[in-house]
Amino acid sequence: MIYIQLFITFLEIGIFGFGGGYAMVSLIQSQVVTHHHWMTMGEFTDVIAISQMTPGPVGINSATYCGYTVVHNAGYNGIMAILGSATATFALILPSLILMIFISKMFMKYIHTATVQYIFMGLRPAIVGLLGAAALLLMNAENFSSPKINPWQFYISIFLFLATFIGTKILKINPIRMMFYCALAGLLLLY
Amino acid sequence: MGLYWTLFKTFFKIGVVTFGGGYAMIPMIEEEVVHKNQWINKDRFVDLLAIAQSCPGAFAVNISIFIGYALRKSKGGVIAALGCALPSFIIILLIAMFFHQFEDNRIVAAIFRGIRPAVVALIAVPTFELAKSAKINLTNCWIPIGGGLLIWLLGVNPIYIIIAAGIGGFIYGKFIKPTE
Repeated sequence: MIYIQLFITFLEIGIFGFGGGYAMVSLIQSQVVTHHHWMTMGEFTDVIAISQMTPGPVGINSATYCGYTVVHNAGYNGIMAILGSATATFALILPSLILMIFISKMFMKYIHTATVQYIFMGLRPAIVGLLGAAALLLMNAENFSSPKINPWQFYISIFLFLATFIGTKILKINPIRMMFYCALAGLLLLY
Repeated sequence: MGLYWTLFKTFFKIGVVTFGGGYAMIPMIEEEVVHKNQWINKDRFVDLLAIAQSCPGAFAVNISIFIGYALRKSKGGVIAALGCALPSFIIILLIAMFFHQFEDNRIVAAIFRGIRPAVVALIAVPTFELAKSAKINLTNCWIPIGGGLLIWLLGVNPIYIIIAAGIGGFIYGKFIKPTE
């Protein structure tokens, strides 16, 4: 049963994942955290962190990780959990496979037509909103703590957020290097 | 057999060495596909990028399927996609197995307390960069703002926002724009 749910969920994400990994972050967050409660927002943040530190598309990485975690959290282990990974990853790729194979020839003709361009005139700005919402949803007490629960962790978190934002956007520091700095800061300051 | 193996190997390699996903891997893919193996020429590669971007799904996987299909039909598409996705799958699987054993470890927990705010910033930064490339201005800024607020505050499923935006763009282009 859990496999069917995983399959349908990631199939949906594969079908509607326009705009690559970024739109997918929003879709996965909505399905896996908000809708199915398969993992917490904090766990989901860790998945994105690991996805960005390892090679490969974020979508594939999170599908693999979610598939494993969901089956693991349901009380199964080993081969069953690996099967969960495979199910989610396969479901994510399937729409691409069907679409690219059956429409690639046709799409080549239609890609430059006005109709396709109009649809994307609406889609592109919407994906910006999707990504913005994903970022806002991640700004919660689980990821930043709060001034009431743990003021020290809260202010350190705010500082690390701003440092990474400015570091990668303005100073153009490599994001992976930035994450290692923050990991070190976490180890030293938030142990 | 030889070409299938080369296809698999090439996309496996692309899957292993590309960090951050998506657009960072374009030069690498171009090098392998256009220059080294000469599977398609530069013009078709540019078309291919447009198609891979327009179709839903992971960008690199879309490219791999397209090239695999162009060379050896469906079977080539499946083999190339497999090669592209397999490195991520194996690496993440190993990490997931490891992580579930160590998630209660105090050192691992402290490290991730530091990383989590950074990840949120890494999602926030491309929002602004995406806004630039999507040409967001005063007349269309209500689309991302409205859509974002619906998802953030009201918990609307992003799928509905995508469907509405696609239909909205179509109706605007077909019926409203010509009358302006």
